[in-house]
Amino acid sequence: MEVLSFSSLAPIYPELFLAVSALFLLMVGVLRHDSNLRIVSWGSVIAFTIALFIMSKSGVDTGGIDSGSILNGMFVQTHFTFFMKVLVIGGLITSITLSVQYLQQDNIMRFEYPILVLFSGIGMMLMISANDMLSLYMGLELQSLSLYVLATIRRDHSKSAESGMKYFILGAISSGMLLFGISLLYGFTGSTNFEVIGTTLANELSLGAVIGFIFVLAALAFKISAVPFHMWTPDVYEGAPTSVTALFALVPKVAAFALIIRLLFVPFAALSDQWFQVMWLLAFLSMAVGAFAGLRQENIKRLLAYSSIGNIGYAMIGIVAGGETGLMAVMVYLTLYMVMTAGVFGIILCMRRDGRGFENISDLAGLSKNSPWLAYPLAILMFSMSGIPPMAGFFSKYLIFQASIESGLYSLAVFGVLTSVVAAYYYLRVIKTMFFDDPVDKFDSAIEVSRKIIIALALFVVIAFIFNPSPLIEISSNAVRGLF
Amino acid sequence: MIDFPILSLLTFLPLIGVAFILLIRGEKQRVEQNARRVALYTTMFNFILSVYLLINFDGSSAEFQFTEKVEWFPALGLNYSMGVDGISLFFVILSTFLTPICLLASWTSIKTRVKEYMIAFLILETFMIGTFCALDTVLFYIFFESVLIPMFIIIGVWGGGRCVYASYKFFLYTLLGSVLMLLGIIWLGITIGTDIPTIIADNSIPFNVQIWLWLAFFASFAVKMPMWPVHTWLPDAHVQAPTAGSVILAGVLLKMGGYGFLRFSLPMFPEASEYFAPMIMWMSVIAIIYTSLVALVQEDMKKLIAYSSVAHMGFVTLGLFTMTTQGVEGGIFQMLSHGIISAALFLCVGVVYNRLHTREISRYGGLVKNMPKYATVFMLLMLGSVGLPGTSGFVGEFLALMGAFQVNTTIAVFATTGVVLGAAYMLVLYRRVIFGAQKNEDAAAMSDLTKLEYSYLVPLALIVLWLGIAPSYVMDKVSPSVQKLIGQYEAGLKKSPTSLDIALRENE
Repeated sequence: MEVLSFSSLAPIYPELFLAVSALFLLMVGVLRHDSNLRIVSWGSVIAFTIALFIMSKSGVDTGGIDSGSILNGMFVQTHFTFFMKVLVIGGLITSITLSVQYLQQDNIMRFEYPILVLFSGIGMMLMISANDMLSLYMGLELQSLSLYVLATIRRDHSKSAESGMKYFILGAISSGMLLFGISLLYGFTGSTNFEVIGTTLANELSLGAVIGFIFVLAALAFKISAVPFHMWTPDVYEGAPTSVTALFALVPKVAAFALIIRLLFVPFAALSDQWFQVMWLLAFLSMAVGAFAGLRQENIKRLLAYSSIGNIGYAMIGIVAGGETGLMAVMVYLTLYMVMTAGVFGIILCMRRDGRGFENISDLAGLSKNSPWLAYPLAILMFSMSGIPPMAGFFSKYLIFQASIESGLYSLAVFGVLTSVVAAYYYLRVIKTMFFDDPVDKFDSAIEVSRKIIIALALFVVIAFIFNPSPLIEISSNAVRGLF
Repeated sequence: MIDFPILSLLTFLPLIGVAFILLIRGEKQRVEQNARRVALYTTMFNFILSVYLLINFDGSSAEFQFTEKVEWFPALGLNYSMGVDGISLFFVILSTFLTPICLLASWTSIKTRVKEYMIAFLILETFMIGTFCALDTVLFYIFFESVLIPMFIIIGVWGGGRCVYASYKFFLYTLLGSVLMLLGIIWLGITIGTDIPTIIADNSIPFNVQIWLWLAFFASFAVKMPMWPVHTWLPDAHVQAPTAGSVILAGVLLKMGGYGFLRFSLPMFPEASEYFAPMIMWMSVIAIIYTSLVALVQEDMKKLIAYSSVAHMGFVTLGLFTMTTQGVEGGIFQMLSHGIISAALFLCVGVVYNRLHTREISRYGGLVKNMPKYATVFMLLMLGSVGLPGTSGFVGEFLALMGAFQVNTTIAVFATTGVVLGAAYMLVLYRRVIFGAQKNEDAAAMSDLTKLEYSYLVPLALIVLWLGIAPSYVMDKVSPSVQKLIGQYEAGLKKSPTSLDIALRENE
């Protein structure tokens, strides 16, 4: 067994740094009594930024980011994990930035909030880099437990408590399934290491291992809220404080998606015939439910919950299509989805009158007259979400459908475009409410600069993507090349 | 030749106007007036630019001219590539011509959110011109589909009573067709490429694939056209849209369907087009007769003209799918002429609607007494729509029917009844609105055309006459491209004989 030296831990430096800073910020929060939420929030944003910097640096130091596995094969750093971690950290920074003003306005003055976000971030980064079922489970649980607490952070609010409870119970069941699947896999392959499982399954395919694999996949489908494991999503989205909903919409699904991709293409590559059918069905059902169930929603957070289910369905088409184009499409899709969601939630968080938050679509009525600076960005983001050119959302769908047609998945592609038309209806409804309906009272106009910056950035990416889409595509295809 | 990228300039110039409008500051009245002016000057300049394009266009060549090509999306092999040939040239000019007219028509009638209205029209113009100039399938799709956004807003915000329903119906119907075309475009992009001339020149698509691709493109163009039975969005959209919205919808957006057939379906999938041509022709005949009959019983002026549009578009598809020189040229000419005539007719409805705020035919009557100038202009346009010789409507219909006659006499006979029916509903409309007793006092008290209304109706009426008397100015420029199209079509048919052809040949 090799001796553990500090320098050999270079790939995990960002996680270590984040853990240390989380503890440090916890102390700061406990010891300071006034305005600790602001300090801890911006402190954690800085910590994430430094982690990002360390990550790029450590990759360079060890000769390329592909520095292989460390800690006895528990942890890997590849181009793919690097890319996904950048996305995750970006999403976390965004969600903390968006939440500061919201938490103050809604009087959720708990400095634990950013700390929990930090811990969930560490969990997500660990699970993206996991190369062993055990480290996968540890990372997954770390992020899940932090998120359960975040969902209930407004303890005195019955809906928040209810959503946290639902999330926790269903999440616990999925963890149980995950553990059961892992133990079956261990029993039939004799290892928890991804690569060993991969080679064993390639040599000999046992029914027990397939069952175990199905359990693992079902548990992860729960995390990304793919139909039929989506039941928790609308309730949790609606019940949780809006800034937490923004976090849920932005990050954990992306992290879990990264995990699914790594699992399917590393240990379970030999089972591709089996998972192909499962993923095909999940994608199909997610698109259908995401489109049709969203039609009658009145609450914009529930609407976005269904929209996220549908979007997960489209992203899964990319996985089903597989290959470099398919996964590249998934990466671009997830990135742009995160950008659009960040912008949309930035605007939803501004839906306040007289200090109270509103979350019904009808509350947006006449927004284009009252506050055009919110209405026009939201309209552009909504058109982008429904995949209308020339917005970025069109290109993400274009790449996904291109991948599916290239691999001959015609039925999935046709079904996908048809559901996208159905889903366009509810995105249009938001626009219709803002532009065609008579105005109701104005929203509060006090919006923090940091939130404006995020909305502006999201808008910029959505509009300007058409002019130079190549960088994102090149980075994405670089990232997935490492998987094969 | 022109040594600057004129097509890109034409396409994106309106966006510069948008930028100027966004910069206007000050009190509301002045902002609105300035927004109107900026929009009008921009579109006028664009029209002048397009005339310059027309002058410099080499009418004897069938090739794409003024081409531009820049690498845009190298990872996927997409290019920003523009160009016009004889087929697309006049659609570009139609777009640049109708946009300032639309702005003039809404000069006084649009009173709310003027700035946004002008911006929507300028953006719409960009997308329309882009659609006709794009020589890359994905670029084409982007422009083609983007049109929905400003049009949705125009119908929904400035439209009439049930405009929300109409705008949804318009958007979702069209989107449903287009997304299927997108899959077709992606398939082509993977197997051949996205460059339109390359795809046209390529005859390697097997027949069974052509069928599917043809259907995918057909879904989009048939809805846009609109062909019976997917035309139902059009009457709703027309009735609820503001006058200028109807003008653009009838004048330009419907032509995108026909243009799509010419640019994609016919040259790229000749065998499938041949296979489906009888179906299309019968659908056209049904559209002509059925929608003409529906138009006969309409009580709403705009709805009547909307149904007549479907009927006229029936002549277009009929002509195009004969794949004879006369038929195709007739189809193109009919599109251009309908673009002018129906736009002008909607403007005529707008004139009286602005005065009385109703489109019900029975509320009018005897307008000839108090509005003689209006009656004259309306008469000329009405006769153009009927297809009277000497107006542009005649040339298109006659050529299309001539083409149809060569291919299938039965179809031609049925389609010709549409001309009679067309005369019937237009004359009924004219009689009820213009002649007869002055039943309603308020209708009898309406004033005649204002100078502003003159300024946009007279050019349209003159063009209807000019195109009717001297169609050759247009046709000479269109002809070479049509000849080339038919040549390619026939080459595509010969190159890959279907099993049926082989069987027939063996029998001989």
